[in-house]
Amino acid sequence: MSIISLIIKREFIAKVRNKSFVVMTFLSPLLFVAVAGFIGYLSSMKAETKRIAIHDETGLFADDFVKQNKKDAEYKYINLSEINIAALKDSIAKENFSGLLVIPKTNNEKDLESKIDFISNNSPSISFIENTQDVIASKITKINLEKAKLDTLAIQKAQAAVNIHLAKASGEESLKGLNEIKIGIGGAFGYLIMMFIIIYGNMVMRSVIEEKTNRIIEIIISSVKPFQLMIGKIVGTSLAGLLQFTIWAIIGLSLMFAASAFFGVDVSPTARISPEMMQSAQHELSGTAQMYIAELWNLPIASIIIGFVVYFVGGYFLYSSFYAAIGAAVDNQTDSQQFLLPIIMPLILSVYIGFFTVVNDPHGTVAVLFSMIPLTSPIVMLMRIPFGVPWWQIAISVSLLFATFFIVVWFAAKIYRVGILMYGKKPTWKELYKWLKY
Amino acid sequence: MSNLLEVHKVVKKYGDYVALNEVSLNVPKGSIYGLLGPNGAGKTSLIRIINQITLPDSGEVILDGEKLQPKHVQTIGYLPEERGLYNSMKVGEQCLYLAQMKGLSKAEAKMQLEYWFDRLGIQGWWNKKIQELSKGMAQKIQFVVCVLHKPKLLIFDEPFSGFDPVNANVIKDEILALREQGATIIFSTHRMESVEELCDHIALIHKSNKLIEGKVGDVKRKFRTNSFEVGILTSNVEGLMYDITQKFTVSPARFKSLNDDLKLNIDIGNATPNELLNILTQRGQVTHFVEKIPSINDIFIQTVTG
Repeated sequence: MSIISLIIKREFIAKVRNKSFVVMTFLSPLLFVAVAGFIGYLSSMKAETKRIAIHDETGLFADDFVKQNKKDAEYKYINLSEINIAALKDSIAKENFSGLLVIPKTNNEKDLESKIDFISNNSPSISFIENTQDVIASKITKINLEKAKLDTLAIQKAQAAVNIHLAKASGEESLKGLNEIKIGIGGAFGYLIMMFIIIYGNMVMRSVIEEKTNRIIEIIISSVKPFQLMIGKIVGTSLAGLLQFTIWAIIGLSLMFAASAFFGVDVSPTARISPEMMQSAQHELSGTAQMYIAELWNLPIASIIIGFVVYFVGGYFLYSSFYAAIGAAVDNQTDSQQFLLPIIMPLILSVYIGFFTVVNDPHGTVAVLFSMIPLTSPIVMLMRIPFGVPWWQIAISVSLLFATFFIVVWFAAKIYRVGILMYGKKPTWKELYKWLKY
Repeated sequence: MSNLLEVHKVVKKYGDYVALNEVSLNVPKGSIYGLLGPNGAGKTSLIRIINQITLPDSGEVILDGEKLQPKHVQTIGYLPEERGLYNSMKVGEQCLYLAQMKGLSKAEAKMQLEYWFDRLGIQGWWNKKIQELSKGMAQKIQFVVCVLHKPKLLIFDEPFSGFDPVNANVIKDEILALREQGATIIFSTHRMESVEELCDHIALIHKSNKLIEGKVGDVKRKFRTNSFEVGILTSNVEGLMYDITQKFTVSPARFKSLNDDLKLNIDIGNATPNELLNILTQRGQVTHFVEKIPSINDIFIQTVTG
């Protein structure tokens, strides 16, 4: 057995046998479901009804607000235009009401636009303010239209409500909201890669530091080259990570199969939803859920999974070379912080770019650019893949990623080679640079 | 006797710091070769070069007639001064792993391990983790790992540190037995009594330079002071002192003796011992007459501080 495969095997077994690996593999999906469920439960919880007093001197708007009152709504509007403002302000201070909307009397509606106050001890939510502004604005608009003697009914008729019907070139119907699913899937995978890189990169670093503090390193590198040891360590740890991912994927896919079986969707890849099916589905209670699950199966699952594996391996190799070099440079984990920050930054940056830029415009300049840059491409590109990326972009991005990996690993190996035999001092960036030349 | 290891003018620099300055060594086959030197002299740098952990900036190392190359790691066994093992790995697995890295097959490694565990009386440790063992016990495992693959060249850096006297003796006997089986041993240590006891060749490195090298006897001859310890029974001390101070320098000596004799250190310079003896026998009864041989410890201190 060659020496590298020996090292890989040892690292793999050491990781997999670790109790925390077993716990993380089987507990974290449960934890994930539990957290998702908890968040769902929290958001479905009914908020306490907030009472809003309205002091409307014009008498034009109060009714429109009171009309909005519904059972279980978050806000309850109460028309208190008869009571004087000072008394109302007092009751706000005593928290009888959570807010007071004051609409003063003005000469014309134009002045009103900037004279309305909302008084509250707590700052109101953005959606509340927007709703309030909408109600008042549409009322004023209506009044203005009437004053101008325009036929409001005709205008209402003239207003168009567009509801775009989504479809693919292949002719199949698409569901609205599919983009959200794509974002969700891309985001989940991108986030997963970031977590993997941080968790498994740290494992590589810890294992390097362990060998250093154990002082076994000198025995080992009297038998193998430091480069072989480093590569073996990185590969062995990544195999443990892939195993973990495979287990999760199997769990996830079996859940998907289970859900499909439950809603009765044909999961064979050739299955397409025919318009007839759409028609009939609409009459069924489980129709929408069925369509969503069917759409999930129509996503480029194969390319997402292949993409995930390729970018996971590439990104992980790239970053864990950094982690290995850092582990070699320091004596203990607390010293590693100053070197870790520049590594975590691009990871966090790519998640932000993914969630803000890719979501808005998956094929825009920023998204394309950052899906090419090797330090961010594993995450950004993976978030783009569900939206369909031209193969040449993936080819460039992947080759850039791996080319960078080979350059970085060469530098990392130099630092590693010197660092693992250095004890007792906390190196500086300048010193690391010097090691490159030893 | 041919040399198993030859080091030719090896230079190693770390930045501006010169760790080894054109150091050359010849380690004869079958010898126990003491590599001496104060802390920071460059011993570890040299040992790391021999182990191919680092490369020399210039100079070359010849092992068994061949230029040092990667395959040679399998013929060298190295016990570093700073040693350790994987704490959470089981003893047996760990030894198998390290032995396979030295090129042994799994079956062969297992056979050798069983032999050594048996020999050192540690059969029961196979499934223990290193963190369950004491430091001395772990040292024993390390010794086994170092010799397991029957290396031609063994390099021990402070092999006895961490051992109690009983186990130190066990290891010492094992080292001698390995030499009997044909291994060559390089032995780096500060403990001069073990050098005196084991080594037949020594080299002294100080401030990146090799200062002394050779057979222990030759080195000692080079450092002889030509002084003798003398014990004599005489009734005329003044006369005796008068006679010898004419020719030699004398100082009082201390050594154990059963007689109530006069104890002297006499430096005979270029004269022969017989000239001194002639004078002494004329003046009294000689009870003690020994050349003062410098200990390696003396030579070490003299060279390093001198």
